[in-house]
Amino acid sequence: MRRSLFGRTWPNVIAVVLIVFFIFPVYWMIATAFKQDRDIISKTPVFIPFDGTFQHFTTAVNAENFWTYVTNSVTVTVGAVVISLVIATLASFAIARMRFRGRKTFVLVIMLAQMAPWEVMTVGAYIITRDNDMLNSLVPLTFFYMMMILPFTIWTLRGFIAAVPKELEESAMVDGCTRTQAFVKVIFPLLAPGLMSTSLFGFITAWNEFPLVLWLNKEQGKTLPLWLSSFKTAFGNDWGATMAASTMFAVPVLILFIFLQRKAVGGLTDGAVKG
Amino acid sequence: MAVHSERVQTQSPESGKAAVAEIDTSAAGGGAKGAAPKRTRPAGGPGPGSRLAPYLLLLPATLATIALLGWPLVKTILLSFQNLNRRQLVMHLTEWTGFDNYKEQLTDPEFWAVTGRTVVFTLVNVVLIMIGGTLIGLLLNILGKKMRLALSVALLMAWAMPVVAATTVYTWLFDEQWGVVNWFLDKLGWHSMADYNWMSDEYSTFFVVILLIVWQSIPFVAFNMYAGLTTIPKELYEAARMDGADSSKIFTSVIFPNLKPFFLATTFLEVIWVFKSFTQVYAINGGGPEKLTRTLPVHAFLEGQGSQHYGVGAAIAVLTILMLGALMAYYFRIMIKQEDEL
Repeated sequence: MRRSLFGRTWPNVIAVVLIVFFIFPVYWMIATAFKQDRDIISKTPVFIPFDGTFQHFTTAVNAENFWTYVTNSVTVTVGAVVISLVIATLASFAIARMRFRGRKTFVLVIMLAQMAPWEVMTVGAYIITRDNDMLNSLVPLTFFYMMMILPFTIWTLRGFIAAVPKELEESAMVDGCTRTQAFVKVIFPLLAPGLMSTSLFGFITAWNEFPLVLWLNKEQGKTLPLWLSSFKTAFGNDWGATMAASTMFAVPVLILFIFLQRKAVGGLTDGAVKG
Repeated sequence: MAVHSERVQTQSPESGKAAVAEIDTSAAGGGAKGAAPKRTRPAGGPGPGSRLAPYLLLLPATLATIALLGWPLVKTILLSFQNLNRRQLVMHLTEWTGFDNYKEQLTDPEFWAVTGRTVVFTLVNVVLIMIGGTLIGLLLNILGKKMRLALSVALLMAWAMPVVAATTVYTWLFDEQWGVVNWFLDKLGWHSMADYNWMSDEYSTFFVVILLIVWQSIPFVAFNMYAGLTTIPKELYEAARMDGADSSKIFTSVIFPNLKPFFLATTFLEVIWVFKSFTQVYAINGGGPEKLTRTLPVHAFLEGQGSQHYGVGAAIAVLTILMLGALMAYYFRIMIKQEDEL
């Protein structure tokens, strides 16, 4: 009897400890962002900010060039996602639905490209961009981000297209559609949820990118991650404002992820583990 | 394959021909090949066009990969054979120096110190991530519905947290004066930690970096482990239990053999990801104190951009890519073997 009660309790106890471990840093970020300064700089931490304030958010939003960085991040991210979706839709249709010579090679290249060591290729990208006088511009950044998310986008879209029954497309063609019409009228509408979740993953990757923008862009060309990483230098020990800035940067991604929860596990497994 | 092309042919003759022609060329290279395209021509879209179609569809992706991935990679390799410092960069000079950058690096004790450190750093991280992720995956499997949902949400938050935001939060958690970690350790009775500066020492900086990476990486392994566990038929556990197996025996003889492909693939992905991780190491303490927490990607950046020795930085980058390449080749060999087995 004692054993079974113990056996039922301990997993829950461990689970609670783990929940605290995993959620605490996220909670602490948001909580600090809302705290009064005296509660942040206090020898005994205040765990729940009862008398919250928006003052730190005001500080962060009024920081120099804040809206420029927001615009930069949004432009680069949306641009990269849209271009990669167009290119990936074409390519994934070919590898999901057609048989041709070189198909396997292409798939292998895509798998390799997905693991490209961007973190250390940055020096090459930097010199190329510099030689073309494009440093601090959003154009090269958009295209490089597009390339970072392209392999993943092709790979997941391929799965979504393959899941649409071939018979639907074929019967449309029997009814007189060309192959292009069949794609636009039959497959594309069925693909909408797939396009949606794939593009959200691309969005998250591009939104968070740091190593490349660190090489390529300065001052007016910064994106939010670069701004955030240098925030402490600019604002010293103003932890309230730093956490408010982090919160504004992270919350959109956290919300997207909750919506994507299911797809997150399945999608990444398909792409990465099942190869 | 034969069944498939037959079915296509009965329903839409044009696309079927293309498939048949393809098979012909690879198998026998028969005479029908020449005649087929001519007959399909009047149908409109397909025919010779449909043979080109896949290549046209792949063209944008191929061009993008060559220009945006291939070129920077080749450029990095070319740069590693050049003497490119601030002066040469400003004056647009190209000075080829052969293997000088490599010779310099391979005889530099600092390079080997950084490499060794990167290897140990990767091992520690991956071991912690795999053990932690596996145990949490097993835990998810035995928890009740509500508890499982709560833990999943917590894991999801850690996983989704943008890396740069996470590094900022961790510096705040571990802040010398007002950080909650130091307060907690002090409360636990470790009073010397009350005003401890975590960034002042190599090992304590690494402690923070590793905790950050492990915290963010465990959810991926745990979720996949849990997903894998749900695919194991219940009968296998029951059979093992009837044979008198205890929990650890069940893990080694039921769970592990069934999920072996998962373990191999995930371990290698984690090794590759951790080995090339840049943001966490760089953003927490910039490779300090005294260059003592530099890993290879950070070293390449700080030597290249920081000291404006772009050629040297490129050489370190190429050496890193070669090490990653060896890891990836091994990973792909495992993957391909698995595909055959499945």
